[in-house]
Order: sequence, then C-alpha cells, then structure tokens
Amino acid sequence: MTDIPFLSLAIWVPILGGVLVLATGSDRNAPLARILAFAVAVAGFVVTIPLYAGFDAGSSAMQFVELQSWIPRFNINYHLGVDGISVLFLLLNAFITIMVVMAGWQVIQDRVAQYMAAFLIMSGLMNGIFSALDGVLFYVFFEASLIPLYLVIGIWGGPNRVYAAIKFFLYTLLGSLLMLIALLYLFMQSGGSFSILDWHQLPLPMEPQVLIFFAFLIAFGVKVPMWPVHTWLPDAHVEAPTGGSVVLAAIALKLGAYGFLRFSMPIVPDAAHQLAPVVITLSLIAVIYIGFVALVQTDMKKLVAYSSISHMGFVTLGFFMFNQLGIEGALVQMISHGFVSGAMFLCIGVLYDRVHSRQIADYGGVVHTMPKFAAFFMLFAMANSGLPATSGFVGEFMVVLGAVKFNFWVAFAAAVTLILGAAYTLWMYKRVVFGKVANSHVAELEDINAREFAFLAILALCVMAMGLYPFPFTEVMHASVDELLRHVAVSKL
Amino acid sequence: MNFVVPDFYPAAAEIFVAVMALVIMLASTFARGVRWLGYALTQLTLIAAAFVTIFTMQGEVSYTFSNLFVSDLMGQFLKLVIFFSMAVALLYGRGYLADRNIDKPEYYLLALLMTLGMMVMVTANHMLPLYIGLEMMSLALYTMVAFDRDSGRSTEAAMKYFVLGALASGLLLYGMSMVYGATGSLELSGIAQAVYNQAANQTVLLFGLVFLVAGICFKLGVVPFHMWVPDVYQGAPTAVTLVIATAPKLAAFAMAIRLLVWGLFDLAAQWQTMLMLIAVASIVLGNLAAIAQQNIKRMLAYSGISHMGFVVLGLLAGVVDGDRHFALNAYSSAMFYAVSYVIMSLASFGMVILLSRAGFEAENVDDFKGLNKRSPWFALMMMFVMFSMAGIPFFIGFFAKLAVLQAVVAAGYFWLAVVVVIMSVIGAFYYLRVVKVMYFDAPEDTSAIRAPAEVRVLLSANGLAIAALGVAPQMLMSLCAYALLASL
Repeated sequence: MTDIPFLSLAIWVPILGGVLVLATGSDRNAPLARILAFAVAVAGFVVTIPLYAGFDAGSSAMQFVELQSWIPRFNINYHLGVDGISVLFLLLNAFITIMVVMAGWQVIQDRVAQYMAAFLIMSGLMNGIFSALDGVLFYVFFEASLIPLYLVIGIWGGPNRVYAAIKFFLYTLLGSLLMLIALLYLFMQSGGSFSILDWHQLPLPMEPQVLIFFAFLIAFGVKVPMWPVHTWLPDAHVEAPTGGSVVLAAIALKLGAYGFLRFSMPIVPDAAHQLAPVVITLSLIAVIYIGFVALVQTDMKKLVAYSSISHMGFVTLGFFMFNQLGIEGALVQMISHGFVSGAMFLCIGVLYDRVHSRQIADYGGVVHTMPKFAAFFMLFAMANSGLPATSGFVGEFMVVLGAVKFNFWVAFAAAVTLILGAAYTLWMYKRVVFGKVANSHVAELEDINAREFAFLAILALCVMAMGLYPFPFTEVMHASVDELLRHVAVSKL
Repeated sequence: MNFVVPDFYPAAAEIFVAVMALVIMLASTFARGVRWLGYALTQLTLIAAAFVTIFTMQGEVSYTFSNLFVSDLMGQFLKLVIFFSMAVALLYGRGYLADRNIDKPEYYLLALLMTLGMMVMVTANHMLPLYIGLEMMSLALYTMVAFDRDSGRSTEAAMKYFVLGALASGLLLYGMSMVYGATGSLELSGIAQAVYNQAANQTVLLFGLVFLVAGICFKLGVVPFHMWVPDVYQGAPTAVTLVIATAPKLAAFAMAIRLLVWGLFDLAAQWQTMLMLIAVASIVLGNLAAIAQQNIKRMLAYSGISHMGFVVLGLLAGVVDGDRHFALNAYSSAMFYAVSYVIMSLASFGMVILLSRAGFEAENVDDFKGLNKRSPWFALMMMFVMFSMAGIPFFIGFFAKLAVLQAVVAAGYFWLAVVVVIMSVIGAFYYLRVVKVMYFDAPEDTSAIRAPAEVRVLLSANGLAIAALGVAPQMLMSLCAYALLASL
C-alpha cells in the first residue's frame, strides 16, 4: 500500500478548502467562491476514490489506518481507519457534497462563501466521524458537525428557521453528551484507553452494559432519528435550505445508524441482544406509524422527512435482528436512502426555487410544463417507494428477507412499509405532477436547466445502477459484517 | 537574637511589581501631562514581571520570609497567566476608558496593585499573607469598579461589591481564626500537620472550614455566594468587568488549592461534600438564570457562575474514599478549566468592549444583532467564544469540560456527571442565542466597528487561540498537570 494518508485527506481537504472558500469573503466574490467550492468538493471526492479502489474487500480489519498521538495526557489518539461498514459512507458523503454545491449554485445569492464553506467543512467533519477509531476523536467530529448545520439552517432557512435550528442543536447535543459520559466510563474501565477497538474487546458486566447501551441509544437514536425522539427532524427539514435537507437526510441521519454498528453492538453485545426487542419495537413503530404520518402531510418536505424516519426505522430494524441479510440490507438501505432522499429533496428544491412553496396543494399538472423534471421525479419517487430495479428495493428486500428468518410477524409488519411507502410517495407525486395545471404559477414553470439536469441525471444513474447491480456495494461490506456478527455473538460478561 | 536576612530571590517578581507600582505613582504625579505614561509603564511592568518570573523560576518548592511565602511551579504558572490576562485586559479596556474620560494613570496603578495582591495570594504559605493579598486585590478592585465616579450604576455596583466583599473577608477571617484556634498554626503546613495528628478540636476545625469555604466561594463567585456577580459585572464599566472576570478567578483558585489542599487535605471528605452541593447549585442556577438575561454582561456573569461551578467540580473529585490517586488528575483538570475560562472570558468581554463606543454601551444581547453583516470576522470570533463556552469541540471549552467530567467520572460520581451534562445542554441554549442573534438576525445598528489596530489584532489572536487550543490542547493540559505535580 502507498503511504498517502487518504483518510486524512478525505477529512482535511474539504475542511481546509472550506476555510479557503470562506476567505474569499464578501458576495462580490461570489462567482469565485462558487467555482472554488466546486473545485474543493470535486477534489474532496477524488481523494476518497482510492479508499474504494484500494480497499481489500476480503479483509474485515481496519484499513488505511493512521495512528498518531493527539492528547497524550488522556491517551487520546488521532486514530483513523475504515472497514467495509464505513468506507462507503465516505464516498457517499463526498459525492453528496458535490451535489449540494451544484444545487446551491444559483439559489444562494446571500453570503455565498459562508454557505459553501459550511457545507465543505461539514463534509470533512462527517468523513471524520465515519473514520474515527478513537472515542474522543469520534465525539469531537460528531459534535463539531452540528455547528455548520446549525448555521446553515439558521441563516439560509425558512421563516421558522431559528426554532428549527436551535431545536436541532439542543436535541442532538443532549444525546451526545450522555454518550460522552459513557465514553468516559469506558475510558476508565479499559484502564485509560479511548480506542474503540480496545473497547470492542473490553469485558463488561451486564448492568453497566445496559446503561451504556441506553446512553448510546439516546445519542444515536436522536440522530437517526428513532421514534419518539424524531420530532426535530421534520422541523429541521422543512426550514433548512435544499442543500441542508440533502445533507441532513443523505448523510447526517446515517451517523446515528453507523454509531449503532460501531459502538452499541460490538461494545455492549449482551445488552444489545437483550434489548434488541426494544429497538425493534421502536423501529417498527417508526416504520408503520410514521409511514401513516407521512401519508397525511400537506407539505412535500415534511412528507419526505417523515418518509426518511420511516426508512431509517427499517435500517435500525435490520441491525438488531443480528443476521447477515438484515445488517447488509440495512447498510444498502442507508446508501440507497442517501441517494434517493437526497434526490427527493433536490427535486422539491427545484420546484421550490420556482414557485416558493412546498405545499402539495399549490401544485398540480407540473408534468405539462416540466416534462424532463417529471421523469426524474418519477424515478426517484419510485425508488423511494421501493420499486424493484431501483436502489430502494434492494435494501428493503434484504431486510424483509432477514426479518422472515428472524420472526415472521416482524417481517410482516416491516413489509407494510412497501405499501405505505408507495402510498404516500406516489400519492404526493400524483397530486403534484399529474392532473390539470393547477394555477398560473405552475403554468409559468420552466423545465430544469442544464445544471439541474446534470445533478439529477447523475443521481438517477446511481439509483438505477445500485438497483440493477448492487454487488459492488455488498461485496465491500461482506467481510466486515461477517466479523461484526461473529464478534457480537460472543458474550462479554 | 540574630536577624536573618530572608532570601529575596524567590519573591523577585513580587518585589519588582511593588517597586514599579511606586514608580508609576510618582511618575504619574510628576508627569501629569503625559497621558500614556501610566498605561505604558503598567504594560511594561507586567511584561517585565513575566520575564522576572520566568528567569527566577525554580523547579523545586522553596520557602522564604520565615515560611510566609512559597515559590512553586503552580504559583509561577498562575502568576504568568495572571500577568498575561491583566495585560490583555488592560489593552482591551484602554479605548473604552478613554471614550469615557477615565483613562487615568491611577486606574493602571490600581490594576498593578491588584496584580500584586493576586501574586501574594498565589504564593502565600500562611494565612496572613493570603489574607493581605486578598484584601489588596479586593480593595483595588472595589475602587476600579467605582472608577467612573459620575455613573450611578458603577457606584452602586462598587458599594454592593464592597459590602458583600467585606462580609466575605470577615467570614474568611473568622474561619482562619477558628482554624488557628483549633490547630495553633497559621502556616499551612503547620495546619496540615495538626490536622493529620488529629490534635485539633474537630468541631472548631469544621466550623472554621465552613467559613473558609464560604470565603473561597465568594471570591470564585459560586452559589450561594454569587449574589454580587451579576450586579457587579453589569454595573462596572465593561473594562473593569473584564478584569474582574478573569485574573481574580485564578487567584481564587490558587487560594482554594492552598487552603483546602495544602492546609486541610485531611478534611477532604468534609469539604468535598460542601463543594459538591456548591458545584451543582452553581451549574444549575448559573445556566438557568443566564437564559433569562437580555443584558449580555449579566448573561456572561451567570455563565461565569456555572463555569466556576465546573472548576469546583474538578476540585471535589480529588479524593475518593481516602484514596488520593485522583488528586493530581482532578486538580489539574480544574486548573486547566480555570485557565481556559480566563482565555474565553477575555475574548467574550473583549467583544463587548469592541462593540461599545463613546456614548454607547453594547450591553444587550441584541446589540450583537447582525454582527455577521457588519463584521464577519469578529462574528466568527465571537462564535468561537460562544461555542467554546458551550463546550462544543473543536474549541478549548470542550476539552476543559472533558477534563473535568473525566475527573468526576473517574471519582465515580456518575449522577453528578449526568446532572452537569443535562445542565450543559440547557446552558448551550443561551450561547446559541448569541450566535443566532449574530448570524440569523438583521443588524439594527449598521455603523462600522471602530477599534484600535492592536485591539483588533489581539482580539483576533484571542479568538483564534480558543480554536487552536481546541485542536491542540495537550500543551496547556500538560503544563497544568506539571505545575501542580510539583506542588502537591
């Protein structure tokens, strides 16, 4: 292997690039800021490619490991590494960042440099979360990534943005601070190590395991978000600008789910097994109840936000059945949801930029004025409802298969999402796109321009490719998921 | 009876500052016309005193003046931070004072005397110099608060500060007298020896301890001795608030270490219980009350109460069931927290001063409205400070909280950690509100920000330091641990 620290590059290229973009300053330099931001985003994506290309799919060990002492006083290390579970998220994240920069190209006219810089810095920080192998390093990235999103929602968001931004921040902060105490406890128990890999091997009695499990559950459950701590998400989505929604849905929600795989399950396996019914119940509530909630939404963004919660319920469900199909299916679902929900929010953004409304009732007959857009939107709506041959189907199908092995009735309940998902997505699609041209705004709509076509087309390709040939994705994660299951099966008591 | 000439060497910095204070007094009397003289000489003195401290630094602990005075690494380190923070505070405040026509040499003279008082506190090995240093610092501070003598509010604040401060001094003295009565010694090592031998009358000793803790808590500004903090912070000229909110906290921290750890370490189980209540009450009240504040100085005052609660939290985690292994870890975490707080506090009040100008006090949170439009750079700096105070990484405030929480968890006080963490979330709200006001709201006051170049540069450096120390806190953390290691 080469000695180039690709993980550090994946983290610091966007962050330092973001600082550079910030330095272009006032809006007079906006064109420069945009071009620079695009260049940085592309560069940030390019440096993640070797992570996939050079990844040894046969190994479950951490790869591209970087280990340096950071704060020796508390034995905190700058310890990075990826395995099959995390590597894909770095690519997804870097990729989505390019989409976000493109999506904000024209819409954002106010404080462009700050907008672009916020997303680039956030992208770097989130890469840090996915690759951190030190508890404090993970926590630091986890918390720090709140700041840019808080600013993005608060500065460029909708009318109720202040409420949404603060709610988002405080909700996540509460969860993560409880996690911090769990991390400190593990630090103490392990005799002064913050290494996540050391913690995986640390024997723990049942009682602390349960407490740690709940601390993690709150931290990651808020982030996922799981019912009943999901209420910040619809608010944040509705108020956030398009780019904010995309990053939130495509990447930020995955952080919580990723945390379950990296922390909860391997560190406290016995508690995870014992409390799996709790998580499964919460997940099923998210899948079914939130699915119904999505059905009655009148605001498109809110609808997709609830659909995200429902889909993420599927992910946590897949994890806690402790079988290969479930976990891999959930991981595929996470990647797919990254593409699909990102695309859905971009589509809504395209409409919003033109009409300045997200209400379903304000639309109707969009297909007559925006045929190209309607075609893309159709594809993504289908993917969101899990149509075979789109990426949405693969993950859901695998999770349902895994659930059948686990318990028929759980599988049955989970499969309801296939109906509900189709119901709320397609019903919304029908009301927005088909029918007579509803009003003069819709009549005046212009179809998507080349830039919008570009990012929707790229995402459409991804959704189709993943739906038709998911092997490159599952291949990477196979060994790591295998190892995780083996590890989790061994009691730590 | 033979007279031994004491060793002046360890006290070189104190002597230097004392002499310079007299020089400045004379110089400003004879050269009244030269307005900058007092300021310049004071700054030079602070810088030179730092050099004197560094050059006379000794690795080991040395005593002089018949054991009244101790020179150790902790004292020297704290003195350096005190010089630094005083120099920065005076620099930030000068323009503010000039705008209000109170940029007088006497002000700087008082500041220097106050510095001297803090130095004496930090290096005291005996109750007497400790008390003298404390009074020297406090009396200078009372006068500084009242320095804007035409302002009713400042006078009121000074009066309040003075009356309550005198009460606290009384409590402290009372405690000292009881401890003296019980142990027969005013020297810290003598007290420790007597307590260790259980030669002291426990009842009297414990009563004394309660009063000592009360005195320390008053100076730290923690619940239930916090009443003066918001009023004085709000009423004092902002330049003076800046001084009160920074260096004296370090001196109070040193006083806590000297009295409680050096003198009464064997009573740790007793004073830790007191400190636990105090810490929790401070963090709860500080954070809750800060939410309701519209005045930013008041808000920062309450936030300061909760920050000092964290320092106390570090102090109480030193001894667990008689096991003293945790002491170094806990006390150095507390010291790291105190130093971090001073750095953050300098920047936060520095920003308030930056936004003020002649005839206008930037006092309300709303005065920060739309700062991002007016000056994106300083909005960014203020955002660093706010997130740092809220304990969000990558800023120094996070590592300060991490260090203290780590000590608390290591001592086994999980419930305490959980309470504190929940209060931190509540506390995050008012810091977020400042960020919200700066970034999400439109400016009401669109005038450009005018400040001398040196203030701009230093304030920027201060803000960047908060971020830089947050990325690389190791250096400062080890310094704190190393300084304490030699002193425990």
